[in-house]
Amino acid sequence: MIRHALSTRLWHWVNAAAIIVLFMSGLNISNAHRYLYWGNYGFDPADAWLKVIRFPGWATIPQHYNLAVARDWHIIAAWPFAVGLLLIWIAMLANGHFRRDLTTTQRDWTPGAVLASVKAHSGGAGGAQGYNPVQRILYGMVFGVLLPMMVITGLAISPGFEPAAPWVVDLLGGRQSARSLHFIASWAIFGFVVIHVVLALIDWRRIVEMVTGGRKQGDTA
Amino acid sequence: MNDIPRRSLLAGIAALGVGACAKINDSETTKALVDAAEGWHRAAHRTLAGRQGLAPEYAPEDRSPSFKGNGSLTVDTPEYRDQLARGFPDWVLRVGGLVERPLAFTLADLRALPQRSQITRHDCVEGWSAIGEWTGPQLSGLLDAAKVRETANFIVFRCADRLYGRDYYESIDMVEAFHPQTIIAHALNGEPIPEKNGAPLRMRIERQLGYKHAKYLTAIEAVASLDDIGSGKGGFWEDLAGYQWYAGI
Repeated sequence: MIRHALSTRLWHWVNAAAIIVLFMSGLNISNAHRYLYWGNYGFDPADAWLKVIRFPGWATIPQHYNLAVARDWHIIAAWPFAVGLLLIWIAMLANGHFRRDLTTTQRDWTPGAVLASVKAHSGGAGGAQGYNPVQRILYGMVFGVLLPMMVITGLAISPGFEPAAPWVVDLLGGRQSARSLHFIASWAIFGFVVIHVVLALIDWRRIVEMVTGGRKQGDTA
Repeated sequence: MNDIPRRSLLAGIAALGVGACAKINDSETTKALVDAAEGWHRAAHRTLAGRQGLAPEYAPEDRSPSFKGNGSLTVDTPEYRDQLARGFPDWVLRVGGLVERPLAFTLADLRALPQRSQITRHDCVEGWSAIGEWTGPQLSGLLDAAKVRETANFIVFRCADRLYGRDYYESIDMVEAFHPQTIIAHALNGEPIPEKNGAPLRMRIERQLGYKHAKYLTAIEAVASLDDIGSGKGGFWEDLAGYQWYAGI
């Protein structure tokens, strides 16, 4: 029995590439107007709830300030990101990955369950029992909240999309609120990626398995 | 022990990425992809919202306390300053190109036409937004009066302002030109348009970003192709910096 379905592996790497391009081109776009507001309008730095730093060239796509090129990259990478998210959700629901690995019970949300997860994980022999409560909660938040939030807030910022579903913008509290939430969710995803990559590098076989599919523990070769 | 090679491997991948990005950016394939994507987005938006789908309109109390000026903030000529001081008595908007009846309108003529007022949100490509009430005749009315020919595919807006040594101009397709919210505004929040916002006339293209909303408007031209105008990309920022011609995102 393989650990990671082909659909999971394909999506993982396409999505990883898309997220890197989206995040780095997004930082370039942020440099165009480094102030975030709540509500529908906002242009005066005095009204901003956050003054964002100027992101350095090494962190952005392209490596110098170029709003036109950054927007081209951002908008194109948004397609594999959004369509991929839709497809992986369909795949996860169809192949049982969601039900098996991402659903939580009330018990998973208790401090005891979180502590037990951390202990089991730091033991080094994790994996045999599938996904622990912390993993279920974190992955669930990423799939269920953060990634969809990026797509929805991204669409809401687009004036050409807005006539199709103006209620989306209203629901998010206005266009500048949508823009702020887009920024916040992108950094939440960045935080997740940092933890995710650090933990994967601790046991690099995890990364190989995300390419080959790996084997579930307990299977013998 | 494993750490050092791994780290240099990562650095290598990152360096490759940077070099590759620069190469990818300049390749013909990337340019073709970017242009194609622009077409898909326009088609997708119009499929989802309809060609006549309306940008949201707001209540008077939703307006922003002021309206930011950006890009050109004036026209740097003695003639403009003279007109501005006198309320633009001699300003003329010409409608020409592929039309059967070329027309010219003074501000008084434009004010005498049926008017549309709309409180809309202006979204700049940089990310900020402002909300104001714009008033003026619909572009469709002027195009109908001038009898646009079947061969026209685009409407070009000529402007009095110059930026970086070039004349500002913009263009839209016929769907956008005949959209009910596409108006030639002469008033902002019930007053003549301020200098920084494009006095005396500016376009409102409500479903697209701010750089499409040409200011200091002097002429409207129906054309079959954008190739021979400016550098051929359909607008000042499109020519100068490679901004997308369809600015719906």
